[in-house]
Amino acid sequence: MNDYRYDHRTVEGFILSAIVWGVVGILVGLLISVQLWAPGMNFAPYLTYGRLRPVHTNGLAFGLGVGAIFGLSYWIVMRLCKRPLLFPRLARVQLWLFNVGIAAAAVTLAMGYTQSNEYAELEWPLDIAIVVLWVMFAVNVFGTVIKRREEQMYVSLWYVLATVVAVAVLYIVNNLAIPAGFLKSYHLFAGVNSANVQWWYGHNAVGFVFTTPILAMFYYFLPKSTGLPIYSHRLSIVAFWSLVFAYLWTGAHHLVYTPLPDWIQTLAIVFTLFLIAPSWGSVVNGYYTVGQDWSKMKTGYLTKFFVLGITFYGLQTVQGPTQALRVVSQLIHFTDWVPGHVHMGTMGWVTLTVTASIYYVIPRIYGIEIHSERLANLHFWFALVGQLLFSITMWITGIQQGAMWKVMENGKLKYSFLEGLVRNYPYWHTRTLAGIVFTVGMLFFVYNVLRTIQKGRALEAQRAPAAPAAATA
Amino acid sequence: MAGKIYGKPVAFAVMATVVILVGSIVTMAYPMLRPEMHPRLDALKPFSALQLAGRDLYQREGCVGCHTQTVRPLASEVARYGEYSKAGEFAYDRPFLWGSKRTGPDLARESWLKPSEAWQKRHLRNPQEVFPRSNMPRYAFLEQAKLDPAETASHMRALMRVGTPYTDAQIAAETAALAGKTEMDALVAYVVSLGSAVPKPKIDLAKLDLATANPHGDDPAAVARGQKLYVDQCSACHGDDARGQEGTFPSLVDEVFLGQPGDGTDGAYFAIIAGGSDAKGRLGRAGMPDGGMAAFAGQLTDDDIWDVISYLRAQKAHEAKETPKTEAGEHGQPVEKHQ
Repeated sequence: MNDYRYDHRTVEGFILSAIVWGVVGILVGLLISVQLWAPGMNFAPYLTYGRLRPVHTNGLAFGLGVGAIFGLSYWIVMRLCKRPLLFPRLARVQLWLFNVGIAAAAVTLAMGYTQSNEYAELEWPLDIAIVVLWVMFAVNVFGTVIKRREEQMYVSLWYVLATVVAVAVLYIVNNLAIPAGFLKSYHLFAGVNSANVQWWYGHNAVGFVFTTPILAMFYYFLPKSTGLPIYSHRLSIVAFWSLVFAYLWTGAHHLVYTPLPDWIQTLAIVFTLFLIAPSWGSVVNGYYTVGQDWSKMKTGYLTKFFVLGITFYGLQTVQGPTQALRVVSQLIHFTDWVPGHVHMGTMGWVTLTVTASIYYVIPRIYGIEIHSERLANLHFWFALVGQLLFSITMWITGIQQGAMWKVMENGKLKYSFLEGLVRNYPYWHTRTLAGIVFTVGMLFFVYNVLRTIQKGRALEAQRAPAAPAAATA
Repeated sequence: MAGKIYGKPVAFAVMATVVILVGSIVTMAYPMLRPEMHPRLDALKPFSALQLAGRDLYQREGCVGCHTQTVRPLASEVARYGEYSKAGEFAYDRPFLWGSKRTGPDLARESWLKPSEAWQKRHLRNPQEVFPRSNMPRYAFLEQAKLDPAETASHMRALMRVGTPYTDAQIAAETAALAGKTEMDALVAYVVSLGSAVPKPKIDLAKLDLATANPHGDDPAAVARGQKLYVDQCSACHGDDARGQEGTFPSLVDEVFLGQPGDGTDGAYFAIIAGGSDAKGRLGRAGMPDGGMAAFAGQLTDDDIWDVISYLRAQKAHEAKETPKTEAGEHGQPVEKHQ
């Protein structure tokens, strides 16, 4: 034991909670993917597609995503500050509140209490709870960073700090609403303003939940797990500031061809194109980091998770700007192409990076190895195949849908809406299959992590009477 | 100096916040100060109590997850749904419900396309009964639940606080009238109101000559074109076989026209198809209910309408010949229907 102890239990608690909500979110995702081609699977009002879709998105974005972000950010912050959390008890309370909050979110969404804004569905009492949670997180992060024992803040800390302030601003502004009952409210903004504020928020939820904190993990765990230093510090500085500057201008690319004033749409499209540069700054940095020694792909089982993760990030950040172009948007917007795009980011970039980080952290809490590298490798391939199958089928059917909506002959539409809809069915079947493959992979991951914890705890119990466990890494 | 900020977390956070706020202010906050972000069409009215209750249900059931409410200014969209969406249509929408996925069709012009409450209810109860291959869930359960007038009243008062021009008297009167209505009534009232603030293309019914004979007559090419149009545009209500639905949608192949014995002239058919329920006055048919029939003047050209009439006449002749020995359905084509 060093002269201080990291608060591993809280980190582990967040990771386990994230895993639980991740499994719930993925299973709900499987169910709604089936409902899309089998309407008879909408069993009861609270199990209809319309109500469960936000349970899926919130469960995974906030349950799995934010849960993992809390836990892994704390791990990163403690290591990079060389000290335990400043308020360990506050973090424990935060862990409990987090789980109560996500459970309440799932239940109220299934009951139909929703603000209807994507990724901001939760009604106002839950919004308040989330703000409280975030303030707890911010207090601990800032407190610990201010009282750090390491002069310079490493790049991962920049991303964590930027996440903390950006999410606070975004979440509070977009959730401003006038309460109309215990679980009912109306957006403070009306019509086009409501749309503009929502997508300013919505796209930056992607930016500051699915990007910056995940980059924090990437910049920390990639060098840690490979032993290779980040290739270019200067590149990470340029990429950081240009990313957090440009992201906030881009929300309206979700509103191309809507009644939102054209100049806001155009500005968003321009900044979206610009975003390729900082995004690829991190991609290039990642590649050149591993490029210092490609044999790490073979010798370290986690390297491929990070390399594939950043590859999907790179693809995602080229595909996204392409979609923002008016000529592309008019074909693929509103179609299944978009879920294909989103899932490359979430199932590819985010999940690969988060699960790899968890594989790194969990054994180190106990000073042991992962239960099974083989199983982890299997998880990797299932996740990769599942995700590719998912995205590719959605892209194909999305283009087909968009085209069938557009085809006109002699000034008349060639296809009815339903003719377009039914063409999706084979692809929707395949998407469910892809989801099953991905889920099996995730279950390997869950099993592996749980077995590792079980082993670690058994070992801890053995060692406890003799000597206190050594703090690791 | 540049490197120093990476050793000062508070200064760093302040700088990050400023950087983040630049784009937020220019693209999100500043536009709110501009009048172009606060337009309102003259014809736009705040939601009635029943419509608002319906909108609340539209939110509750997550309809926005599958249906958009914004018609893009693209030729194909305008052809499919009608006039593209205007910023001024949404002044009372809190939140906006434009959606981001079109698993089902856009609903922004539902008042133009499917104004029949009877059809909407039938479809919501069991979408597969209308479109066998639809993937929409059934919403029959909405008919089991009654509205709560007090709840809607509190919702209206909340909206009044943020500027929706309701009056206390209006809230009291309109919510009192909700008693006994079901959730289905409310949702349908909301859905059939969508797009009603935008003027729909109309024809001058007074100028129509009801004695006009169909210029396309029984030309087989016209019948074929009319059949495709019928399947796309008409069969969702009047059925694949044009025999209609007892009590709601009239048969188009019998000897009753708009609730009165005897068939209509070609010109009368043209009037009801082009003008929808508005043609009732021109046609003077007391037996016809108010509302329900969409006006197709904006969607179909005159030639299209005559094609449909050619098809209906052919169908009726066929029906007269076949009826004694077969059941309905033989002529219904397995082609998918238009939404």
